[in-house]
Amino acid sequence: MADERIFVKGNEAVAMGAMDAGLKAYFGYPITPQNEIPEFMSANLPAAGGAFVQAESEIAAVNMVLGAAATGVRAMTSSSSPGISLMQESISYMAGSETPCVIVNMMRGGPGLGDINTAQGDYHQSVRGGGHGDYRTPCLAPASCQEAYDLTREAFDWAFTHRTPVLIVGDAILGQMKEPLLRAAPRPADPDEGSDWRLEGAKGRERRIVRSLFLADGALAKVNARLRDKYRALEPLARAETVFTEDADLVVVAFGSIGRIVKSAVRKLRAEGHKVGLVRPITLYPFPSALLRGLAASGKRFLTVEHNLGQMVDDVRLAVCGLAESDFFGELAGNIPTPDLFEDAIRRALAGGSQ
Amino acid sequence: MSENLVFSRTPSLFDVATHYCPGCQHGVAQRLVGEYIDQENLAEQTLMVTSIGCSVLIYNYLAYDAVEAPHGRAPAVATGVKRANPDKLVFTYQGDGDLASIGMAEIMHAANRGERITVVFVNNTVYGMTGGQMAPTTLPGQKTTTSPRGRDTATSGSPMHMAEIMAALPGVAYSARAALNNVKHIVQAKKAIRRAFDVQRQNLGMGFVELLSNCPTNWKMTPLQSNEHIENALIPCFPLGVYKDVDNQGAN
Repeated sequence: MADERIFVKGNEAVAMGAMDAGLKAYFGYPITPQNEIPEFMSANLPAAGGAFVQAESEIAAVNMVLGAAATGVRAMTSSSSPGISLMQESISYMAGSETPCVIVNMMRGGPGLGDINTAQGDYHQSVRGGGHGDYRTPCLAPASCQEAYDLTREAFDWAFTHRTPVLIVGDAILGQMKEPLLRAAPRPADPDEGSDWRLEGAKGRERRIVRSLFLADGALAKVNARLRDKYRALEPLARAETVFTEDADLVVVAFGSIGRIVKSAVRKLRAEGHKVGLVRPITLYPFPSALLRGLAASGKRFLTVEHNLGQMVDDVRLAVCGLAESDFFGELAGNIPTPDLFEDAIRRALAGGSQ
Repeated sequence: MSENLVFSRTPSLFDVATHYCPGCQHGVAQRLVGEYIDQENLAEQTLMVTSIGCSVLIYNYLAYDAVEAPHGRAPAVATGVKRANPDKLVFTYQGDGDLASIGMAEIMHAANRGERITVVFVNNTVYGMTGGQMAPTTLPGQKTTTSPRGRDTATSGSPMHMAEIMAALPGVAYSARAALNNVKHIVQAKKAIRRAFDVQRQNLGMGFVELLSNCPTNWKMTPLQSNEHIENALIPCFPLGVYKDVDNQGAN
């Protein structure tokens, strides 16, 4: 049988994943390093019966998503760090109004205009809500083009199952690198999806409001209680890739493309006989705390590696709190990380030194 | 003596008292929208996009499926609603702070794209819900809580004339300004609202209607005084009329 793999960029893999998941509406605004996504959508989505609009801003784009998503269609936008900052108000509205959608962030260096190279500086913004108010959004962090495709498809199921915005958290490395991809059969969205809440005209039923304003006494507290329960229910869905963790003395924790680079360093050190393993969180929220806590309980040491000043390490330390510590090694935004850099950091940790 | 019913509540309006201040014309504007939609039998096909300010609570009074837009973003939200549902009747209902200040980018670009939506723009020259601050439509010299010595055009600019601005954009099929301060103007407003919805249904482009409205509380006037203020102060600054109708080009 012929090899059906195609050779695509991570951004294209995301776009294909969304299309194959039944995407009906995409709204976006140009920003590097994610431009292949709106470009792909403009070329392909209208022909597939969907809507594409290049919005006047990221603010407009995400609010177009809100409008389309409120009618129960699978809708998406994508951007990179500064543009994602602009979207936060509406993401908060969608969390509050429980409107499902997918938002892709191919992170670049910051703060401010930063650069157009890769970074992981938006971890806290992604997993802690990002906008105003008390909410969370599921965050899926792919490390390869195949995983970018698979997780984008899956993100729509998360969004509709849990009625929430879902973030795909990638970076410039993932968006711009080319790899083989095996597309799965497209699966159209269930036409009944969202039929108990979506806006379609008040025909034969009470009218509906997709809202996040609750002025009546106690009404907002009820919404927040429902959100709390929703987020708790997500916790068992936390997922991570584990490599050589079982007999490891030192467990390195890293996500996304950095997790993948670290995996190369871990494999090399394993080949030299070092007892080192890797946990690569695939869901950043919910965070795989139980997994890490279990490893901590069995006496392992931890090193968290990120492409920022130390953000996910907070979650690692919370997970292992009272059982273990986690050292931290961070590459600075503005530098391009290499496997050697991480290898050296892991060697220091193996030798018992601090970073 | 028997009663002869000559006027009844249009079915789209809930039979409730509004939260609006005594004399406020939001109730009139919303009734006119409801009357059009009921006359055309479109209530079940209507998707309403609300905005921020006193206007957001329109969904407590009109019985349509509705989505709340963040401040100023209603035209973007409506774009998403309409592009995903081209067969529905979609409208936004926005005040002057929402549309002409924070939402200027969204209204301009939705208009320029010719989104097949209707925009009902209520201009009462102040931010009402927040307590009467200066708006982009505040009249020169008008005292508000943030222009206590009167709006100084040298530092705060001049009133935005949205109906005229919209008329200049090719994507807009209809743009008009009407007022709600007397029966004659309300009849004109009803016609303008009708046309602003009809161009959407005829796939001609965006329909835009600006309604000069009052804010007795923040203007510190009685309702009757506020009606006279619309006549004597607002209309001279914001002339009434049809600024564009694609079916009637050049006849303005």
